[in-house]
Amino acid sequence: MNFEAVMGLEVHVQLKTKSKIFCRCSTHFDARENENICPVCTGMPGSLPVLNEEAVHMACKMALATNCKVQSVSVFARKNYFYPDLPKGYQISQYDQPLAIDGWVEIPLSNKEIKKIRLERIHMEEDAGKNVHGSHFSYVNFNRAGIPLIEVVSKPDLRSSEEAGNYLRSIQRMVRYLEIGDGNMEEGSLRCDVNISLRPTGAEKLGTKVEIKNMNSFRFVENAIEYEIERQKEALQNGQKIIQETRLWDSNQNKTFSMRSKEEAHDYRYFPEPDLMPLEVAPKALEIIKTQLPELALEKQKRFMRDYQLSQADSGTLVQEKSLADYFEAVVKECQAPRLASNWILSELLREVEASSVSKSKITPKHLGQLILLIQKGTISGKIAKTVFEKMLQSGDLPQKIVETEGWVQISDDAELEPIIEAVVKENPNLVKAYQAGDAKKFGFFVGQVMKKTQGQANPQKVNELLKKKLGDV
Amino acid sequence: MELYDLTISEASQKLQSKEISSEELTQSVLKRIEATQKQLNSFITITKEAALLQAKKVDEKRKRGDALSALAGIPIGLKDIFLTQGIRTTCASKILEGFIPAYDSTVTARLKKNDVVLVGKLNMDEFAMGSSNENSFFGPVKNPWDLERTPGGSSGGSAAAVASGQCLGAFGTDTGGSIRLPASLSSVVGLKPTYGRVSRYGVIAFASSLDQVGPFGKTVLDTALLLKSVAGEDAYDATSVRKPVPNYEQFLKKDLKGVKLGIPKEYFSKGLNSQVEASVQKALSDLKSLGASLIEISLPHTAYAIPTYYLVCTAEASSNLARYDGVKYGYRAEATSLAEMYAKTRGQGFGAEVKRRIMLGTFVLSSGYYDAYYKKASQVRTLLKKDFEDAFLKCDVIVTPSSPTTAFKIGEKIEDPLTMYLTDVFTTSANLAGIPGLVLPCGFDDQNLPIGLQLLGPYFQEEKLFHVGHAYEQATEWHKRKPKL
Repeated sequence: MNFEAVMGLEVHVQLKTKSKIFCRCSTHFDARENENICPVCTGMPGSLPVLNEEAVHMACKMALATNCKVQSVSVFARKNYFYPDLPKGYQISQYDQPLAIDGWVEIPLSNKEIKKIRLERIHMEEDAGKNVHGSHFSYVNFNRAGIPLIEVVSKPDLRSSEEAGNYLRSIQRMVRYLEIGDGNMEEGSLRCDVNISLRPTGAEKLGTKVEIKNMNSFRFVENAIEYEIERQKEALQNGQKIIQETRLWDSNQNKTFSMRSKEEAHDYRYFPEPDLMPLEVAPKALEIIKTQLPELALEKQKRFMRDYQLSQADSGTLVQEKSLADYFEAVVKECQAPRLASNWILSELLREVEASSVSKSKITPKHLGQLILLIQKGTISGKIAKTVFEKMLQSGDLPQKIVETEGWVQISDDAELEPIIEAVVKENPNLVKAYQAGDAKKFGFFVGQVMKKTQGQANPQKVNELLKKKLGDV
Repeated sequence: MELYDLTISEASQKLQSKEISSEELTQSVLKRIEATQKQLNSFITITKEAALLQAKKVDEKRKRGDALSALAGIPIGLKDIFLTQGIRTTCASKILEGFIPAYDSTVTARLKKNDVVLVGKLNMDEFAMGSSNENSFFGPVKNPWDLERTPGGSSGGSAAAVASGQCLGAFGTDTGGSIRLPASLSSVVGLKPTYGRVSRYGVIAFASSLDQVGPFGKTVLDTALLLKSVAGEDAYDATSVRKPVPNYEQFLKKDLKGVKLGIPKEYFSKGLNSQVEASVQKALSDLKSLGASLIEISLPHTAYAIPTYYLVCTAEASSNLARYDGVKYGYRAEATSLAEMYAKTRGQGFGAEVKRRIMLGTFVLSSGYYDAYYKKASQVRTLLKKDFEDAFLKCDVIVTPSSPTTAFKIGEKIEDPLTMYLTDVFTTSANLAGIPGLVLPCGFDDQNLPIGLQLLGPYFQEEKLFHVGHAYEQATEWHKRKPKL
């Protein structure tokens, strides 16, 4: 029997607010242990939460960007359980009245098609602290406690590890485009749980689902899904039943193992958080946020293809990171040559600089744009331009300055080139004869000699033109 | 007359005219505490040195001619539920026995700004759970009118201390009657303000949607002065309300012409002691002769208040008290595993009533029971609110008894939680609806035990309660009686 895998993802995104969601503590992540703490985020007696507006603003951005309906009233709820990293003994989250519902995200597939993944909901909550285990004691670091999170819950619309990976990357890209989070899986600012079940191909009814946790990279998510599909397939083929449970991914052994069964699942005893009023988002505020939404990756890609005549592949690479796409457009603005700009970025710049950190490169869009302009104007040759590029990368000097200091300006002046050509012709009478007798291949030799005498600075087109004239004249 | 017998407004005048110093006043109060603490057990912590130091500081400020508040230099007590930076705050629980807060509650901070003199932290039922002050890890508080009896709970220490001159005023909290019941049983004035009127920040939570901070005073005027000093919006409490705090004194008139008082028939039913009823009836006729008109009203859902209250408060408490887990502060039991540490810490650290309520609340919120209990209770709250909203279309203030009986004996009800819970029968509705309630002395029974009168008002209209209460107080002598100690 053939099976179809059905998956839904729960993605946690840390929001990049200045302060925590319910107190004024900094969210800065390279602080000392328990430096960013206060009575509120350590659950001191008597402390109360006060909602951070910036967090709501960011969460609404994500909701609108994913086509969700932002509820005019949503309600915070307490999720009760005991764990040392949870200072109050409950997490403030949202339960039956989340911030936003019913959205969708478009993801690219490898066959170049686009698939719509529906979203169930987006809700806001606070992060927990971190337990640190020593040899005799365990410790808790509360710096992370109270960092705002949004949980983005998809419908069971994903069918393969590739789709799940692309979906997750789309969410990541969106978070970065919206500038609401770092979206870094390795650092935990983007986290993902997978709900996965199998059903016979063609069947309507969903199979028993298993939740997989503890995957802190895209690769682990994809590997865990692959493993789980095989595990469940084998079990079903052997006539076994799938047990509803939570499983953890072990990246050392490359397998999932059972953490707890449905019977052992927590009863979180959710109830509305009495310390916070229901959250009201005014339609007017939403309208304002809507106008502030940036162009997202897919739209941007479409525009690049349309306005700049870039290929799907090239534009796709350029929009992977918002900073890269912005960089590209800044170069275009400088030089008005989109194809050249794209080529230089994709073949030269990305060889030297990570896509995510182009904005920090010594070669700014102004540098690259001006370099392209110098090529276009014929001031330097493409070959020299690559050397200028290397220099810019090291010194950060503008191309004009490098070209001038190094004396690399292309020689295009007839008066300057003619005596050199004259000399080359005089020095090689035999070869001139051969050429004139019909050996066209010899032409390259003359060009080479002129280039040699000018240390490569002669304008090749000019040299061709003048040489042809000269050799024809003789 | 001793200085500790002064009201706040009297003492304030004497301080301002420099007839007395805050140091003299504070000395008098501290001596009174020393003389009576053993009998009453009203304090958990007495801050003698700090109090004297603060009194001297205020005297110096006054000498310098600084502008001072009416409460400057007045000795005040705080229920041991308000966080006081550097001063042990226990909530009368073993689990917080040695807990020294790193920050002040907003109430504490505002009182400090008013230059009050804090004389100590007052005894209470553990985590404010109780109606008799018998549930304290530090032992029960005795009623100053009869040492064999309870002063009421949970703010029993606050009421007993004000009644006996151990401080001139005090603050407590009221979740289901914890200010009003002890005020009634101890013959002092106690106010539960509107929910949201006073910040709860730094006040150890029992049931967050019901808890409200309020003052105890010897007179209505004192109570109004105390409320004014702490009321108003607080950026640290999202449930505090942005509404200006009126100057309550301007509402304290002597007559009640044109005031309509609603008398809810549901509050005068079988369980009410006949002597209490007689005193309340007498008070009603006194109010009438002051110019008020009496209107019979109905609050039809009154009977559901107690069951609703015990669903809501236990549910919220079960969650609020989860933080006392031995990990971060307070008592921690020795254990070899995390689960064992949790179980032992909480098993040994909490008293019986607290554990009973945590278990009830955990059950109430459990999957499959939430709709039947917590959700249903929330719906009943809406009905109770509507009862009051409808009633206040017909009257300005509602007048009721505050407790079905006078002070009962220590040990009398402690073995029977259900009977104990019924002590709150007249007070829980105000918490469930969020409206303000004032209790003031209105008589004594044949054993010289105090009887209280409860006034309930519309949201954020404490001034109406002060008006009616003050006019009644001016026309009667009950508030002038002192317990013999």
